[in-house]
Order: sequence, then structure tokens, then C-alpha cells
Amino acid sequence: MSDNATPTTPVKTTGLHVGEAGPGCKKVDPIIIADGVKRTFGGLTAVDVAHVEIPRGAITALIGPNGAGKTTFFNLLTGFDKPDEGKWEFDGRSLAHVPAYRVARMGLIRTFQLTKALGLLTVLDNMKLGAKGQSGENLFRSVFPFFWRSQEDEIEAKAKEILARFKLDAKQEDYAASLSGGQRKLLEMARALMSDPTLVMLDEPMAGVNPALTQSLLDHILDLKSQGMTVLFVEHDMHMVRHIADWVIVMAEGKIVAEGDPHEVMRDPAVIDAYLGAHHDTDLGDDDDPESVEHIHAMKELIDDEQ
Amino acid sequence: MESTQSVRPHSRGRWLILLGLLVSALTLSGIAASPAMADEGGTDSQAEEFEYFFSGNVKYNDEPLEGVSIAVSGNGFEAETETDENGQWTLGVPEKEAYELTLDEDTLPEGVIVEDGQSTIDAEFGLTKRKSVNFFLGEGQRVTTDYGAQVLIRVVNGLNFGLLLALAAIGLSLIFGTTGLSNFAHAEMITFGALMMLTFSNMLGLPVWLAILIAIALSAGLGWTLDAGLWKPLRKRGVGLIPLMIVSIGLSLALRYTFQFFYGGSTRQLPGATLPREIVLGPILLSWIDVASMATSVIVLLAVAYFLLRTRIGKATRAVSDNSPLAAASGIDVDRVIRIVWVLGGALAGLSGILWAYFRPGVSWDMGFQILLLVFAAVTLGGLGTAFGALVGSLIVGLFIEVSTLWLPSDMKYVGALLVLILVLLFRPQGILGRRERIG
Amino acid sequence: MIDWIQIFSNAAQELISPTTAAYALAALGLAIHFGYTGLLNFGQAGFMALGAYGFAISTLTFGFPVWASVLVGIGASIVFALILGIPTLRLRADYLAIVTIAAAEILRLIFTTNTFDDVTGSASGLQGYKGGIAAMNPIPDGTYGFGPFTYNAYDWWIRILGWTVVILAALFTWSIMRSPWGRVIKGIREDEDAVRALGKNVYSYKMQSLILGGVFGTLAGMIFIMPRAVVPANYQTSLTFFIYAILLLGGAATILGPIVGSMIFWVLLSFFSGFMARAVEAGWLPFMTQVQAGQLRFILVGVAIMLLVVFRPQGIFGNKKELSFVR
Repeated sequence: MSDNATPTTPVKTTGLHVGEAGPGCKKVDPIIIADGVKRTFGGLTAVDVAHVEIPRGAITALIGPNGAGKTTFFNLLTGFDKPDEGKWEFDGRSLAHVPAYRVARMGLIRTFQLTKALGLLTVLDNMKLGAKGQSGENLFRSVFPFFWRSQEDEIEAKAKEILARFKLDAKQEDYAASLSGGQRKLLEMARALMSDPTLVMLDEPMAGVNPALTQSLLDHILDLKSQGMTVLFVEHDMHMVRHIADWVIVMAEGKIVAEGDPHEVMRDPAVIDAYLGAHHDTDLGDDDDPESVEHIHAMKELIDDEQ
Repeated sequence: MESTQSVRPHSRGRWLILLGLLVSALTLSGIAASPAMADEGGTDSQAEEFEYFFSGNVKYNDEPLEGVSIAVSGNGFEAETETDENGQWTLGVPEKEAYELTLDEDTLPEGVIVEDGQSTIDAEFGLTKRKSVNFFLGEGQRVTTDYGAQVLIRVVNGLNFGLLLALAAIGLSLIFGTTGLSNFAHAEMITFGALMMLTFSNMLGLPVWLAILIAIALSAGLGWTLDAGLWKPLRKRGVGLIPLMIVSIGLSLALRYTFQFFYGGSTRQLPGATLPREIVLGPILLSWIDVASMATSVIVLLAVAYFLLRTRIGKATRAVSDNSPLAAASGIDVDRVIRIVWVLGGALAGLSGILWAYFRPGVSWDMGFQILLLVFAAVTLGGLGTAFGALVGSLIVGLFIEVSTLWLPSDMKYVGALLVLILVLLFRPQGILGRRERIG
Repeated sequence: MIDWIQIFSNAAQELISPTTAAYALAALGLAIHFGYTGLLNFGQAGFMALGAYGFAISTLTFGFPVWASVLVGIGASIVFALILGIPTLRLRADYLAIVTIAAAEILRLIFTTNTFDDVTGSASGLQGYKGGIAAMNPIPDGTYGFGPFTYNAYDWWIRILGWTVVILAALFTWSIMRSPWGRVIKGIREDEDAVRALGKNVYSYKMQSLILGGVFGTLAGMIFIMPRAVVPANYQTSLTFFIYAILLLGGAATILGPIVGSMIFWVLLSFFSGFMARAVEAGWLPFMTQVQAGQLRFILVGVAIMLLVVFRPQGIFGNKKELSFVR
């Protein structure tokens, strides 16, 4: 377990891919394989992924400019949205027509861009809700506590143990609504762990998090890997991506445009194009979308760093 | 034709009985209401000779009709008779209760039909033991067997009804689109227009056109007042959408009974509501009121369309409807747009109320509430929050209700429309013109 | 002079009246829907109508015994909940509101129409279904009680029956809401996507909640018709709104709230209308008629709903801590 006080340099997992690194390249041990997944909204193609594999046991970052279809791709993978066509599988099992809750039961747990802490439940109840296979969640058995009491005690012990690890144990009786934005992100991640997932998908885990908490969040993500879980996350913070990701997948306009080791990918002209392409000729100061300006600055900074 | 008016009060009477029941049933007293077998215990219902009689005279163009079949049913009793050479008929019944009398239209001569589809009449005894029941037969142009003509008549009625629904529905839809509020008090905004019209024409004796203008202006003022005094402060407090919806329910209840408090429970007619139907278009008979009502609706709807599509403020309204934060970010004064929408919605609802008062006909304290669900159905059918969807939805609801009376008993005509609403939600939840929602 | 004793005694009677019990149970069902699960059911009047008509028609038309008539009512409400839930529980919350309110009106219109007069008694309704319940009465004939609470054997019997059902339902609700099932249900109220992402079949839970609260409404409908006749005009949308007023008064996500809310609601309403009627009679309010005085309380209920939602959304029994987060 890592120590928050002294940030350590994470150990990168390497040798994930087979052959040349590039869009849609084969992985040694893929946990997710998507093939020809396409999703359109009206006339707009949000996601059009020809082939992609997510490596097992590693931290993979999914990056790309705004509107690249990252969150939509997340929703498709987790059953929260249905693609128009395509095949995708998790751990060798097809996920087509599998509803979101079944995807979650298979061990693929996600978080949301806008945190979904359940405000008027206590922090502890939030955690307990994450546990799988609770017999007390059946209406008929729920009336008789002796069916579920002992399981409930086990779940509570586990919840408290994880909360302590996330330093939320002092808050366990508070409403989740009283937590700060960063604490909610932590709670959401901690809650995901209650079900012992094999793959954790984090949608912008750093968005809106107080800088004081970022290091702790990063360490928790690295922790997931050290416990044998696979992590796939969407992120805008390039420093973070470079810091913890073992593999980076770049999306633009719904397609996978580049893949590879974080340091390699940053040098890929396709990536620079994806971020700067549309803005080559415009004066950055006049851009009306503040978020994309921020991305471009972040990219420029990173590219400068690399060179 | 003058007799048509004496038939209509029957159906109105039934509404009043219902309302009376509502009011009395909601009172605290838990006394079991047992109207039947009240004081007529001695009557022997098996006897051939009855104590109570329905009777009537069937005439067409002052010529008595012989051999027309009339049936009575109700309270577990059924009987049938035919008219004699003078067109007269009598039916004895065992109890002094309400019965249903039906004239078999197949036994009428070719080309004759009962007016307004009133071949079944609910009749109840007054103080006497005899009650005369009259069926009013239609003009020569109305052909009983011509199904197509029947459909055409219903279609015209349905259009008229649909258009007046659309006036209310567009306001409701715009309010929903810009604020997210499902406004249950829209019903009372409809009623308000009709009540103001009644106040200024019947009570204060102003000319009709002036009374209408004042009523619409006051309705617009009501919209302004509701937004300024209630909804804007609540928005500023950050009250959620579902609590807001419940607030509108409370407001609806409070306003409705305030209306009843001041105007009483009776139904009153606006001037001109009893104009004869003297415009003949093929099989269709219309009064000037019907024509004026439809023309007004169409003109106002076109004006609203122009407002939404062509004017700056209309475009701003649609932008706020589409994406309120984005509209605010691009410099649109969202609060001002919402205020305008409330004023417009109030005015449209008021006008719709006046037209509804002529269509029913009659002004009563809960007339808006009677069609509120239909307005909601129209808005939902068309796609929540789209103004043009509301128009299409209203026309569908109006047409469906009137045309369905060809097969459904008239007291069930709303059932069909509400069923269609549920079915549409089942197969096309985004409504007819709505867009699919994007998740995540 | 005003007969204060009479007014207070009438108001006190509402404390344990079967009507209060029926509203309390219906509000408890709505608490499961709205307070715990976040489902906007505006058709509770429809569920109550199904209980009333299901019981009365089974007894009168088919001659079923009491237990079978009760089961028919419950079965009808389960089917009704499925019909409402299947199309709408996957959609946004306000669709359920519109569909439930429409479905309840459809039921009322079907019970009112002359077309089915033989079975439903149309607008004048049904009566004469109380024999079975009365026959089960273990209390010997006579008059019992003290002060305002003096009733005959049948009146005591329906009060005991009604409140027993309410207490059992409250205990049942209390036990399921503190179980893991209740945790999932409350989670759905907060954010159903989050709960779905944790592997719970949200659709199925919402359906269970809709059915359970609906069955409570149905039982409430049966209690409701014990002291009166079945009249379709009782099952207007206003009935649902009254139940919402009670729920908001007591606290939407509480067990005791709906019950105490119903008692307070009816006692206050009875007191208010009794007082107004007497005040008009005594000439204290010369500008008002008896009828108008009767209408005032509906206005009062409407205003009370608005004020409660805005100023005390958690109700009387709601958790104080919640207030800072409930919006």
C-alpha cells in the first residue's frame, strides 16, 4: 500500500502489446475487445471504433479532445447506452444486449464524470450498497433479518476496512451529501471496490477534485492495479495520465487515432493533430470554448516537456 | 331546432351531479350514502301497471312518426315500446329513479337521425310521476346511414376541440420547455380566462369583443403575476423540479376552490353560446361561434408560430427551451424569456378557456381541470417541451376524442384518448415529434 | 353561541376514524413510492378505486367470501401496477406521473360510465357488500366507548380492523426499509444510474416498490368503503392530491409521518370546517354562506401543500439533518 505523504514513482507495466503499437493493436492479454462498435445520435457519429483491446492488469488511459466520444464509449461498454452495431466482449463473454446491472455483476464497475454519491444515504450505507450478492436485497427475505444479518455484518466490516483505507472512516455516519467533491470521488471509488471488481472504469476521476486530494486519489488508483485489478480511465489531466498510465488510447471524433506507451503517444503526430487540428489557424485567445483552450495548453505544455 | 337546447342540459346535469357528489363525498361525514330504496318501499315492481311513466312524442318536420322503437333500461329494469300513429309513446317503470331511454335509430325513416347523437337520454323523474322525454330528430341533410358524413362531422368537431386544446397545450409546453415545470395549475389559468369573460360580459354587460380582450389581458396578467410572485422566487431558492410540480398541484387546488368560492358551483352560459347551427356545409352544421372559434385558434396559432420562428425573442425562447445554461451563457436573459413565456402561456390559456366555454358549452369553476389531463396528454404525445409537438398532439387528442364517439359511449370518450397516451409512451416515449434523449 | 364541545368532539372522532386509517395507509403506500423510491405516482386514487370496486364487485356480482374479495382487489392492483410500470419505469420520472394520473382517470371513467352499469352501478355506485365483514365481527351488539368515542359494534369493528391493517403495514414497511432491500430502494431515489452501476436491477426494484405501495393503496381503498358506499366520484385526482398533502405534512420518507400526518390532517380539517360552519351559522362571517365556508378548507389544503413543500420539505417527522440537503 502506498503512503500518501511521500509520493512514490509508480512502477509501469510494460510489454502489453503484440507487434507494432498503433490504433487497434493486439494485446498480450486483453480483458476487453471491441469490434466495429458504432453509435450515432441523429446524423452525428459519436463513436465509431473499428477495433480496440484493453490490456489486463494495467492502467489504461482513454484521452482525447472534447466531443471525441470517450464518455459515450464508456457508456456503451458498461451497458448504459446501446450501440447501433458492433461486438464487444469482457473476459471472453459478449456484452451485446447485456443490461448495465448485469455488466456490473460480471465484475466491470464504473464511476461517473459527475459523481453519483447517494446524497441522503450515509457514507456507510453507500458502501454497503456496493456489495454483491446480498440475500437481504430480496423483498421477501428482507423482512426476516436472520436471513441476512450475518452477511450484513461481514459487509459492514469490509466497508469499514475500505473506508479506513480511503480515510473516510470518520465520516461513515454522515450523509454523503455533506462530503466535499473530492471526498465524493473517493467514496465512489471505494464503493466500487465493495464488489471486488476485475475491471474498474473511472470517468474523469480528477475532475473537480481539490489539489490536496489528487495525490491520494492517484495512489488509490495505483493501488487498484497492485491488487490485481485492471483500470481504464478517462482523463483530461495530461500530467496524471503520464504519471500513472501504463497504456494510452487516444480518441478523436469517435475513432481511435493512436495507442501506445504514454511517452510515445505524446509524440504521435496524429495526437497533436487531434488536439490542435481544428485550431491550427485560429487565435487561441479568441476561442469561445474555455475547456478546449485548456486542453490545448495542456497538450502544448506536454509536447514541450517531451522534446 | 329550438329544442336542442333543452336536451343539452341533461348531459350538463350529469356533470353537475358528479360535481355535487365529489363535493359531498369529500366532506368529512362518513355517512353511508344510500339513495336507492329511499321511500318507495311499497311499490310492487312485478305489477303490469306501473306508477311511474316516461312518455314522449316523436315527430319529424311536424309529422308524427309511427313504429319508432323506444327502449328503457336502468335499475335492473328493461322494457321496449313503439310509437303509435300519432307518434306518441309511453313506458311504465317500477321506481322513481333515473333511467336510460334509447331511440332505435334503425326504425327511423331514411335520412332522419337523432340530433347530436342524443339517441340515448338519461332521464330522471321530477316532482311528478310522469316525465316527458323528447328525442329531437335531425334535418333532412343528415343521413343516418351515411357513415362517412358521421365521420366528417366528428372530424370537424374534433378539429375545433383540438385547436382550442392546442392553445392551452402550447403554453404548457413552452413553460415546461423553459423551466422544466409540469404546471398543474394550467387548468386554473384556462378556467380563469372563461371566468373573466363571464364577469365582464354577463355581469358587467360589456360587449363581447371587449370582454374577450379584457379577459385575455387579465389572463396574461395572471401569468405574469404567477411568475413574478411565485415561480421566480422559487427558482431563485433553487427548489427542485418535483417539489415545484407539487407546489403547482397545491396552487391548482387552492385556485380552483377559490373560483368556486366566488363564482359558485353552477354552470353559466357566455353570450352567444346558444346560437343556432345555421351554417350548412354538406352534412355539417355549424354555428357562427364554431366558425369564429376555429378561425381565432388558427390565427392565434399562426401568430405564435411566427413569434417562435421569426422574432428575436421567439428564437431566444426556443434556445432557452433547448438548453437553458447554454442560452444564458450566450447572453440571453433567461429570466426575461421565462417571464414572457408565462405571460404568453397565460394569455393563450385564457383564450383557450373562453373557447372551451363555448365548446362545452358553459362556464364552471372546474372546467379547466376537466381538460387538464387532455392538455397534458397532448403535450406528452407531441413530445415534452416542443411547441409544435404540442400542436400536433392536441389535434390528435381532439380528433381522437370526437371520432371515437362513433364507437365509444360518449361518457367514455376521454378513456380512448388517455389510453392512446399510454400506448404512445410504450412505443415512442419521446413523443411523436420529440427527439431521443441522450444518456450520459 | 358556538357549540365548542360539538366541534372538538367531532374533530376528536377523526383521530381514529376508518377514513383517517384509510388515508394513512394510502399515504404509507405513497411514502414507499415517492418518499423512499422517488416514484411519482399520481394514481393512488386509482389503486384505492381498485380496492373498493375489486372488493365490492367480487362480493356483489360473484358472491365471493371476504378473503377472496380482498385477494381479487390485491390481484387487480398488482396487474394495474404492472401495466403502469412496464412502459414507464424505464423513462423519466415525470412520465410515470402523467401515465399514473391518466390511468387512474381511465379507471374512474370506466367505473362511472353507464355502459357497465350492471356491474359497477355507474355514477350511483355500489353498496350492500358489508355483510361478510359484519358477520366476522366478534364484538357483541351494543354501544361501547366514552365521550366522543362512542360507537356501535360494527363501527368499533371496522375501526379495529382498519387500524390493525395500518399498524401491520407500518411494521412491515419499517422492517423492509431498514434491510438491504430498503437500502437499494433509497439508493434508487438518490440516483438510479449509480445503483445500476453497482449491479442492482433497478427496473425490478422500482416495479416491486410500485406494486407494494399500490397494494397498500388497494387495502386502503377497502378500509375506505367500510363506513360508506362505493361511489366513483370519490376517486377523483383530488383524492391523490389529498394523500400527497398528508404525506408531505408527516414527512415523505418516514413510517410514522403518513399515519400521524393523516390524523393531524383530518382532525384539523374537521375542526376547521366545523368551526367555519358554526361561525357562519352564528353570524360571525356575514359575507360568507355555509357552502362557501365548506369550500374554504380545500383552499386551505392547497395552500398548505405549497407552504409545506417550500418551507418544510421533510415534513413533521423528517430528519432535521436532511433539511440542508433536501431541495
